Amino acid sequence: MMDFAFLKYAIDLIAVLLLSLGIKGLSKVRSAREANRLAAIAMILAVVAVIVDFLGSSGISFYAWTWIIVGGLVGGLLGMVTAQKVPMTAMPETVALFNGCGGMSSLLVAIGVVLFLGDGEGKTFDLVENISLVVSVFVGAITFSGSIVAMAKLQGWLSTPVWTQSKLRHAINSGFAILSLVGAIELLLTGQSGLWLLVIGSSFLGIGVTLPIGGADMPVVISLLNSYSGVAAAAAGFVVQSQLLIVAGAMVGAAGLILTQVMCNGMNRSLVSVLFGGALGTGSSLTESGSSEYINITSCSVEECALTIEAAERVVFVPGYGLAVAQAQHTLREVTRVLEASGIDVCYAIHPVAGRMPGHMNVLLAEADVPYEQLKEMDVVNPEFPATDVVVVLGANDVVNPQAKNDPNSPLYGMPVLDVCEARTIFVVKRGMSAGYSGIKNDLFERANTSMVFGDAKKVLGDLLVELKELGVGRKS
Amino acid sequence: MEFSHTEALWVLLLGSLLGLELIGKVPPTLHTPLMSGANAVSGITMLAALTLIVRAGDRMPLLIIGSISLGFALFNVIGGFLVTDRMLSMFSRKSSRNKGSR
Repeated sequence: MMDFAFLKYAIDLIAVLLLSLGIKGLSKVRSAREANRLAAIAMILAVVAVIVDFLGSSGISFYAWTWIIVGGLVGGLLGMVTAQKVPMTAMPETVALFNGCGGMSSLLVAIGVVLFLGDGEGKTFDLVENISLVVSVFVGAITFSGSIVAMAKLQGWLSTPVWTQSKLRHAINSGFAILSLVGAIELLLTGQSGLWLLVIGSSFLGIGVTLPIGGADMPVVISLLNSYSGVAAAAAGFVVQSQLLIVAGAMVGAAGLILTQVMCNGMNRSLVSVLFGGALGTGSSLTESGSSEYINITSCSVEECALTIEAAERVVFVPGYGLAVAQAQHTLREVTRVLEASGIDVCYAIHPVAGRMPGHMNVLLAEADVPYEQLKEMDVVNPEFPATDVVVVLGANDVVNPQAKNDPNSPLYGMPVLDVCEARTIFVVKRGMSAGYSGIKNDLFERANTSMVFGDAKKVLGDLLVELKELGVGRKS
Repeated sequence: MEFSHTEALWVLLLGSLLGLELIGKVPPTLHTPLMSGANAVSGITMLAALTLIVRAGDRMPLLIIGSISLGFALFNVIGGFLVTDRMLSMFSRKSSRNKGSR
């Protein structure tokens, strides 16, 4: 008996050590992959420790084994398949989905404990246990519903309803919050009733808070929800009396919070304005009502675009979410191969929050075999724009909006952007004149040196490739 | 395996501090993988689900809830780690090739 308990603690300690090393290593490029494996090994050790502990004390019944294996196999296999099948462009949604399921798991544990482990064994919970149950239910439910909404919005299954942008949403969310609070207090006092009220209240609160948030801010929200799921896990750790669970949950909770902060800094937004400010643009009616119509738009054909690019010495591509949606990264790579072959200097300007998640574009372009050194971060590439002949903006919008620098009234004001308008000629490849995800008008489109090329990024790039080849680019020199 | 609440609260405090310290400066490239990796770790609630199943005895509803919970958690853990590895493999493949060509 004693030995088993000792063994469990020893394994737990090793697992905590590996987890810390793993999370630490994940923040450095060189060690990231090994660190991820370390963390995975730590998780396996953690499971081994729990099983060892049970074998040493109460034993595990045949029934229990059956249910463990069934649940584990189904979840594990689905996870495996999802991780393999999901396209690289859908990474943000995938992380949100996984995260939501983690929250759901904590929620279910808490529900199970409240419903069946409470009075049944004549055991009543004390205050700390009740608080952790409440936290587990509340945070677990918010994490689940919030993550699912985030996923649906990123997938485009859900749009931002208009009412969520009005003051009304604060009233509605406050209502849900009060509902949750009532449920929470009831659950705290009785340890039993109030559970469903809390579950429903907090689920709706998760939906109500996430729904109004614009896509540009989604990464921050997912990161925050990720932090929540750590908190939920720590609370579940109190419920089932597992120190390892508490440590790991607290670690993820705190680390997630830091990461959220880092991301907010990258976008020059405060967490409060992300959560309560609503989608960018609609918050300040000033810029929206004033000048939301585009007046001087120059559009041009792919052919003109090809002619300009052919004469250029230096071309910078600015990828954005549109590129990811169109799955145009491989076509883009073919275009740049042709350009490189004829001696044109090519690079890619990567804004830290281009796409729907930081690092989204890096992953996407890496998939298309783009050399790592051609990916230039904002600080590096911004001074180079004045010496650039042609900039091709592919489905990016807010991250190239000059308003962020020039217009103090703009909601984007202060956000670091790519100074593409410094370049000699700018082509913006875009499907239509709709606003970016933030819903803000982009002054760049009206500049004299900007031409719009309308169409799906993949199709435009494909046509461009044909035109360039017809011009003889890439064949000689 | 029982321990006092004071102990548990200390563990919570120290764990949080550890988490705050672990992540300092993160290059933007790694934001997504780091988030995804941390997310996989938060699936550690699978331990709670396991505990629930073992303690359930012959209470069928509890067994079912525990099993579903375990499924969700493992979906998070296994999917999370694999997806993170897939993302990171793209970076490492890139850098190793670059080293070769230089």
